Amino acid sequence: MFLKRIALAGAVSLMGSAAFAACSYQNEVPVKSLSAGFEAWKAVTDAMAECGNFQAELDQEFRTKQPAAFEANPSLYHIGGVSNGTITPLMNAGTIRPLDDLVEKYGQNLTPNQLIRINGEIMAVAMMVNTQHLMYRSDILADLGIEVPVTWDEVYAAADKIKEAGVVDYPLGATMKSGWNLAQEFVNMYPGFGGAFFNDDNTTAVNSEAGMAALETMKKALDYTDPEVLVSDSTYVQQQFQQGKIAMANLWASRAGAMNDEAESQVVGKIAMSAAPKATADGAPATTLWWDGIVIASNISDEEADAAFRLAMEGLDTEMVTSANDAAIWLVNGYQPTEIAKGAIETATAVPAPPAYPSTTQMGLLHTALGNELPAFLTGERDAEATLVAIEEAYTTSAKEAGVLK
Amino acid sequence: MKFKTFAAFVGPSVFMMLLFIAAPLVSVFIQSFQVTQSVLEQVEVETCTPGFLTQTCTTEIKTVPVLGDDGKTITETRWVGLESYRNVLQMDKFWEAVGNGSWNDIMQIDFWRALRFTLSFTLLTLPLVIGVGLAIALAVNNAARTIRGPVIFISLLPFIITPVIGSLSIYWLFVGDGILTAMMERWTGTNISMFAQAWTIELLMYFYRVWHVAPFAFVIFYAGLQTVNMDTLESAVIDGASRWERLRHVIVPHLMPLIIFIALIHLMDCYRVFEEIVGFRSQAHVISLQWLTYDFMTPDDAGNRAISRASASAMLTMIGIVFLLVLPLRRTWRDHKGSAH
Repeated sequence: MFLKRIALAGAVSLMGSAAFAACSYQNEVPVKSLSAGFEAWKAVTDAMAECGNFQAELDQEFRTKQPAAFEANPSLYHIGGVSNGTITPLMNAGTIRPLDDLVEKYGQNLTPNQLIRINGEIMAVAMMVNTQHLMYRSDILADLGIEVPVTWDEVYAAADKIKEAGVVDYPLGATMKSGWNLAQEFVNMYPGFGGAFFNDDNTTAVNSEAGMAALETMKKALDYTDPEVLVSDSTYVQQQFQQGKIAMANLWASRAGAMNDEAESQVVGKIAMSAAPKATADGAPATTLWWDGIVIASNISDEEADAAFRLAMEGLDTEMVTSANDAAIWLVNGYQPTEIAKGAIETATAVPAPPAYPSTTQMGLLHTALGNELPAFLTGERDAEATLVAIEEAYTTSAKEAGVLK
Repeated sequence: MKFKTFAAFVGPSVFMMLLFIAAPLVSVFIQSFQVTQSVLEQVEVETCTPGFLTQTCTTEIKTVPVLGDDGKTITETRWVGLESYRNVLQMDKFWEAVGNGSWNDIMQIDFWRALRFTLSFTLLTLPLVIGVGLAIALAVNNAARTIRGPVIFISLLPFIITPVIGSLSIYWLFVGDGILTAMMERWTGTNISMFAQAWTIELLMYFYRVWHVAPFAFVIFYAGLQTVNMDTLESAVIDGASRWERLRHVIVPHLMPLIIFIALIHLMDCYRVFEEIVGFRSQAHVISLQWLTYDFMTPDDAGNRAISRASASAMLTMIGIVFLLVLPLRRTWRDHKGSAH
């Protein structure tokens, strides 16, 4: 993480001085942005830097910095990179501005699908969708004569066969690092069983049959994963794939491009993608839909906002997408879906479709409670029922402290 | 020393301590009895999410903070007494678990789980650090003069490494098929997963902390060894005292104030164990009190942070340190008074 930051800092300082290569105009107003650091953001911020006077900060910890940085007056950044999960604190604090007039002025190339409207006002411009999907070693599945699994039961049946054949270290990989990642796994699985997260009075509804089913399904994975799965995050699973240690995983679509990166991967061309597994045979894929996009701070002058938005549109143009086609499932005009995008598109267009990540104040609290209480279940210290009760109690305590519950 | 000179020397330091230690401490103390909440309202919000081709819009009732005229969220702060402490300690659950006589149930409560680890971590590494530090100091003291410099330099290296970096290196050496795990697997012929169960993680943490802090003890002891009274040592040799007896009866008593000093520093540092938890990603198996405070403080995706519980947990950590330090401090106080007479 630290090395990465140093590398990023280097990259950032280079970007500032980058030549004005392929920009249609020269930007005169200094503009700064703060976003996550994955591949797609690198492509977008590089494209913006071509216009000059632009500083990008790519930081995977952006979610903890963004709310405070945007609350400052003037805001420390003009452009923010957000997802549907991290836009919530900015919306709640009123630190991002409606973009309707700017979209009218500079957004000719945007598709209606990209405009994120909240209460009728355009608050963000989406650039890509992200979701989990099933990634698998097509060679192994073909060798063993296994059909591509569609439900989690089929995934485990397939994992059983792969384990028996002993062709990889572990049949399954999973992003079950305790905390945010593990909680996200539950957030994926639980709606798949038809569960609702909250009752009408803001109390949580996870202590239910769907909750039990989700927990049991999650625990079955442990028979097939690395015993150290409770420390494995997306990057770890990606590396396990790249090093040929695992055969299947339900992983973020934004990680798919790395599988065919010849500098890192030993399995180039052997990984295929299909829709995220379903929890029940007639349900939606057990995952949530996400989008990533840009917002503009409200605590800056209108001129700066104008310049920032114009610059962002330059970063989100067709030229950028053609040069980084496989970095994401782009929503931008000119994107050509390739094999890599197949799974994510199947997931997003499935009928019934998976829900969008339900980002709210309560969900933030529940996500933390899940992340803290689920590990004890997976290590076997606590049974499913006691775990659901513990999640409920942890949520209630923090919801009362936050004022969501009386 | 004249009082004026004394004040001029100490003044800046006292001022800094008041500003950066005392003032935050007071504010944390106050916040631990308060809860600050945004004023919330329930509104109907229509949100649109892009799919791959088209958007889906949903209308739902959301609980959102009310914004004031100045564009900031309106918050209200109220006194809640000991509620935050109750939420951290969860005494009702604790006593219930004690009533059932179930250790496992107690260990399901975050605070007590963290306290268990923090205490055993602090108390187990203490004698190890002092022992290893003393051993290195004695070894260096007895080493030939020519190699002493390089040996001191090498022994000090672990102490120079930033704790987070150090713990990350240990993590990378042992996680999955890290170099050292792969080596151990080759020797034993079995599959070893150091980060799959609590006790191996804890073992690595103890190892790391002793490796990291022992050089500090070594430097102090080594300095102390230079002041051992040679006459006493020589007469002990003439009396026929063995090496062990000389250590036991001459050197260790001479170093005792230093041992207490190191114990004090180590107890204070260790009780705030944090880097190991983050570096080893051990949250699923092992957590510490300091990590618990950090976890309360970290905002989630929706921007919520449990400041009140974080403050309460920080105050409890401080109380814990005071308890631990009382014993060695009383001894130093006695020695101090003894020498004054």
